[in-house]
Formats: sequence, structure tokens, C-alpha cells
Amino acid sequence: MNETNKFLTFFTMLVYTFLIGPLVIITVTAFSGESYLSFPPESFSLQWFFNIFQVDMFVRTFRVSLEIAVIGTVLALLIGIPVAYALSRFDFFGKSILSNFFLSPVVIPMVVLGYALLKFLVINMGIPYYRGLLIGHTIVILPYVVRVISSSLMNFNYTVEEAAMSLGCNRLHAFFVVVLPNIRSGIIAAFILAFINSFNNVPVSVFLTGPGISTLPIQMLSYVEYYFDPTISALSVVLMIITVIIMFAIEKTLGLTHFAK
Amino acid sequence: MFTAKKVLLLISPGLLFLVIFQLIPLFSIFMETIQVGGEFSLERYGDFFKDPYNMNIYFRTLRIALISTLIAVTLGFPTSYFISKSNIKKRGLYIALAVFPLLTSPVVRSFSWIVVLGRQGLVNNFLTSLNIIEEPLSILYTEAAIIIGFVHLFLPLMILSLVGVMENIDHNLVLAAESLGASKLKAFLKIVFPLSLPGVVIGSVLVFCGSFTAYTTPQLLGGSRTRVMATLLYENARTLNDWTTASVIATIMILTTMAIITVINRGAKKLNPKG
Repeated sequence: MNETNKFLTFFTMLVYTFLIGPLVIITVTAFSGESYLSFPPESFSLQWFFNIFQVDMFVRTFRVSLEIAVIGTVLALLIGIPVAYALSRFDFFGKSILSNFFLSPVVIPMVVLGYALLKFLVINMGIPYYRGLLIGHTIVILPYVVRVISSSLMNFNYTVEEAAMSLGCNRLHAFFVVVLPNIRSGIIAAFILAFINSFNNVPVSVFLTGPGISTLPIQMLSYVEYYFDPTISALSVVLMIITVIIMFAIEKTLGLTHFAK
Repeated sequence: MFTAKKVLLLISPGLLFLVIFQLIPLFSIFMETIQVGGEFSLERYGDFFKDPYNMNIYFRTLRIALISTLIAVTLGFPTSYFISKSNIKKRGLYIALAVFPLLTSPVVRSFSWIVVLGRQGLVNNFLTSLNIIEEPLSILYTEAAIIIGFVHLFLPLMILSLVGVMENIDHNLVLAAESLGASKLKAFLKIVFPLSLPGVVIGSVLVFCGSFTAYTTPQLLGGSRTRVMATLLYENARTLNDWTTASVIATIMILTTMAIITVINRGAKKLNPKG
């Protein structure tokens, strides 16, 4: 019994070293004093952190990524909350087909969606890249929104809503004063998940960025193609710090264990 | 009647959005691939698979996805079992440590493997300093590099799917089996393993489909030397402007993904007739 446990503990530690190790290594190289990437570095400096702000494209694309993620997430919430409410509140014909349809963007390969939007919207219809990018991101994050909001609506007791209506509230009013405040943490969690998925997205964005418009991950990809210095490591450290902050936000609203469901 | 109206009002913005921006674009690229000169034809698919270069990439992509899935199950199963058996406080920490990479940008995670596997990377510097090798190994831009990147990328998904299922296994069943004379190993194989299968299925679908369609990792760790379907699609669409071939690749990717999901789910149902 003890021996199998020891082996299992050791195995698990190895797996976690594999998962976290590369992220630790990339962090070390961010503080390198060398002008090329190597591990272990021979000297240390903070120059690469300053270099992030010297590269104008990083600052600019960071802003674009932020903008697309916020607008896309708000759009997905505006579309997704009514859908989630309809799916969990009412019984109607074709409900399971519709619910699958709203989750379908998960099974469509993201590169294919990105390509289809490039071909159909940008090339054939002449819609600008920026709008295509926004639409693509909204589609990708919509299933997260629908799923997270649906699961918090499932825990909501609709008799409270009915009580409000029997006391003279109309349905719309009851939704805003009774239902919405009760699923607040679900909405915050959906916002955070949708935001991070949009902010990190590559496969859709790579097709929908064009002249003058790019996102941070795409800019990082093309930087790596031409330069091999620790700037990307420094930028990675900044992004990982943001990830940690986001994880604390998720833990406060939804609980991280939600991921294991 | 009133319900139908309400439902329609609530879902129509979402429905319209997905129909216009997902269904119609996908349908339109599909239609292009089955028409040659205005007539129905599967010629373009024939042309695609007749080219050994394309065939090679298609099977490489499938192979990489399959190996990545098998490794992810092998690493993920014992790890998830360990996590599900640990006390609540530690379990929270282990889950947080699995969620952290999941929320970190795939560009960062794939790039970290360049630092580990590159010519001046950890592995090569370590091996040369021990005089095991004289020249740095070329690990980057091979299938192995992509597989390592994929396992790193998708293992957390496998672990989380498995922990979710394993946590709900009633431990009394194991105790009952043991009190009736089953060995620890037998109790594990007869109870824990079959009850975890739904988690294995969900995890495998996620890892396989993820690896079959991912772009970032093969772009960074495979480069132009080791192309997969996703990078081939990108090359045809954005570098070569060969829209016909790109549409064929895109359609093959969707059809393959759907086929894989169906096969894994069917297999799972056969293994577990009750589920």
C-alpha cells in the first residue's frame, strides 16, 4: 500500500514538473543578460522587460487584444444570456438541437472557423479585418458564456421569480431585479473565461489579422520568427502574472474546482 | 403559444448570429469543394489525397494526435487518481497548478519548449556539458517536438476531466470489494478503472481533437519542416492564396473531427452499455 502510494506520489510530482518546469525556465531566461536565448543564462539583467515597451508593436497589439476581448465578451454576454435563460427556463420543441447548436462552435476546429470567416466575410463580402476578428472571437467564446450562465441558472430557484411576478413585476422587470443579481457570480465567471479565451486566441486571429491590424499573440508569433532574444520571455512573465491575477478572480467568483466538472 | 414567442425572442439574436457568421460561411466553403465547373464532383478530394505530400501531412497529423492522446492518458490517469485521493486542501493546490498552464497563452507555453529543446536550450546544454553528445541535437521542428508540446498543452484538460469523474466514485465500493476478498489491484481494475472511463472518453476527445486541429504549437515547434493540417491550411490560404485547396483542407478537418468524436463515443458506449 505504502509503496504504491510512494510511486504514485513520485509519478505525480514528475508530471507536475513537466507541466510547470518549462514555465519556470522561461521565467529564468526573462532575466537573462545575454542578447540571445539560452538556458541557463550566464548573466542577469532586467533589460528585456524594458524592451517590451520599446517594441511599439507589442504595446499597440496589446491594446487591440484588450479591446477585442472586452467588446467580444460583452457581445457574447448580450447574445448568450438570453439564450441560456431560454434554454434553462422553458421547455420547447427542438430544445436539445438548439442547445447543441449553441455549443457547436466548440467542435468546429478554430482554424477552420478562422479560415471560413476570412474567405466569406473579408475576401468575398469585403468586411474589414477588425470586424471579422471581433465576430470570430465572439463565436469562439459564445459556448463558454452559454454553458457557464446555464449552469448558474440551473441552481437558481425560479419560484423566487414567480413570486416577484405574482407581486406585480412583469417578466422583464423580474429578470433584471431578481434573476440577474442571483447569477451575478456566474456572469463574472463567464466574463473572465470568455475574456481570457479571446485574449489568448491564435487559430482564429491568425486568419483575421491583416494590414495594420494584429493581436498580441499573433505579434508574438511573428516576433519569434525573426528574433531570438529574451523579449518574448519577459513578455511571457508579464502574461503569466496577469494569468495568476485572473485565477484569483476566478477562485473568488466561481471556485477553481469548477474546472474539474 | 406564448412560450414559443418568448423563446423565439430570446434566442433569435444568438441564432441569427451563429447562422450568419458560422453556418453560412462554413456551408459556402463546403459547397465550393464539391463543385467543379458548376457540377457535383468529388474530384478536388481525389486530387488532394493523390498528392503524397498532402497524404503524408494528413497521416502525420492523425499520428501526432493519436500518440499525444495516448501519452496524455498514460500520464493523466495515475496523476488524476492521486489528486482525487488527496485531501481537499492539497487537491485545490493540484487543480490550481493544472489550471494555471491552461489559462496561460499557448504561445507562451509552446515558446517555453523552444527554450527547453532548442540548440542552446536546457536539454542540449545539459547533454553537452556532461559530454554525452558533442553536437547539439535537433529536436525542434520534428514530430517529437510537436508531440511534447501537445502533451504539455492538453494534459491539464485530461487531468481535469479525469479528476472530475474520479472524485465522484464512491470509495465505499472499493472498501466493499476489498472486504469481500479482492486485492487492491483487483479492486482498482474492477471498480475505479471502469467507473473512470467516461472521464477517459471526454479527456481523449478533447486531447485528440485539440491536437488534430491546433495551430500555435505545430507552427512554433514544427515550423515549415514538419507541417500538419492546421499549418497546411494556413499556408494555402494566406501564403499561396490557393483558396480551393484551403477549402478542401478545411472541410477534411471538420469531417475528420466529427468522425473521431463519433468513433470515440461509439467505442465508449460499447465498453459501458449502461452509460
